[in-house]
Amino acid sequence: MSVLVDIAFWSLAAVAVVSAVLVFVVDSMARATYALALSFVAVGFVVVMLHQSYLGIVTVLMMLMEMAVMAVYMVMYMGMNPALMPMSMVHSKRAALAVSVAAFVVLGAGAMLVEWPVRRGEPAADVTAALGEALMGPQMLVMVVVSPVMVATIVGGVVLAAHRTRYDRFGDDLDRRPPRDPARGGVGR
Amino acid sequence: MAEVTTVGAEWAALAAGLLAAFAAAAVVLDGLLTARTEGLPRGPALWHPVDETARLLRQRRRAPLSADTLLWRIGGGGLVVAALLMVAVVPLGQWVLSDLDVGVVWFNTMDVAVWALVWLTGWGANSAHSLVGGYRFLALALAYELPLMFALVAPAVAAASLNLGEIATAQEPLWFVVWMPVAFVVYCLGVVAFSVRGPFTPPVGIDVAGGVLAELSGVDRLLVQAGRYALLAAGAAFAVPMFLGGGAGPLLPGWAWVLVKTGALLAVLVWVRRHLPTVRPELFMEVGWVVLLPAVLVQDLVVAVVVAGRG
Repeated sequence: MSVLVDIAFWSLAAVAVVSAVLVFVVDSMARATYALALSFVAVGFVVVMLHQSYLGIVTVLMMLMEMAVMAVYMVMYMGMNPALMPMSMVHSKRAALAVSVAAFVVLGAGAMLVEWPVRRGEPAADVTAALGEALMGPQMLVMVVVSPVMVATIVGGVVLAAHRTRYDRFGDDLDRRPPRDPARGGVGR
Repeated sequence: MAEVTTVGAEWAALAAGLLAAFAAAAVVLDGLLTARTEGLPRGPALWHPVDETARLLRQRRRAPLSADTLLWRIGGGGLVVAALLMVAVVPLGQWVLSDLDVGVVWFNTMDVAVWALVWLTGWGANSAHSLVGGYRFLALALAYELPLMFALVAPAVAAASLNLGEIATAQEPLWFVVWMPVAFVVYCLGVVAFSVRGPFTPPVGIDVAGGVLAELSGVDRLLVQAGRYALLAAGAAFAVPMFLGGGAGPLLPGWAWVLVKTGALLAVLVWVRRHLPTVRPELFMEVGWVVLLPAVLVQDLVVAVVVAGRG
């Protein structure tokens, strides 16, 4: 059994690393995005193997969703039409290579040289419930502060990026009903 | 109800067979309903799954010029796999393939994987119509997914567990569908949506020459079409432990009730297709976020208050 676990762990680790490298090797936006997704999925399942099923599977969920949306943005933001035309996935090669090698060496050295802590105590019987209690108990203040900050960031970003203001929608006196929008809404506006 | 026992991996074949049978039954029912409305003979509808499978298996598989075949086929073949992985956590009476402690999150992950799979099917074909279909699906997905996620939250909160066996057991004596009707309806909408059926067909719409399906032929088309019906069947099966009391019911054993309830819900999901208008992706976004999401959040609040009140 433990041999199987070892095989699964090393296979997932290999998939994670190889597909991460493929992100820079392949010549299409879609392949690069989904190679990255595959890498994250493999990491998610490694987390599952560390007996953190909730964190692992949520990682897979979020990364698949994120990459599905990111592929759209990647294609949209490229000046050329990269549809199925091959294109290189790297730019500023030398600087990028130097930065990534340096980062790898620093992180790798840290992982190898640091003195790993010894486990104190035992993991909770239900780690998912323990995680939830930690987030919603002692860390509740952090969560309560972070959520509005994140929402404010999103709303602020959209407001700054959108060229239309409320005066475009509702008129100079803000009394035009329904507002003038480029696309109709689905609930009768 | 008795505790669920995890069965060996060889039983996955039975799960796959049941899923295929439900999917085929859904195809037949859909054909019969069409035959009835259009006054056609019913015989061909009965054999449609077999006929269509035989036809597509013999059909030559073609691909457009410089299609991204790898991504295209991953997308097309993946739908059936996602549906199978969904039912892997659904208990059939007292047996389950994987008694995962976070089964609800697992199901959610699989339905998010459908985002990627449908978009890849649209992208890989190197065809404008397919690509439009893929983008339409993502636009619909952004609208239906969050309400669906919060609909999945309600039973999990009520049962204080993400494990499907425990959620099913927590529904004695009152099924969750009775006191979480909003969550149930939104869940069903989500299932119809990730199966790209009924009101959510713009990604495969005739106005874009079949959209995601436009360039699919032969076994590739078979896998995508079978995958859509399998996802619908898997969604119906998953609703049984989530909302419909699992294997609870008089006379029959648990596994039979699970099958009966799955079949009944699947029939409703197939039937409802011809009674709802097709939604435009850009309009449905507002429906999803302004109507469905608040409605299902209020549902979650009600459930949370009831659970807190019970102590």
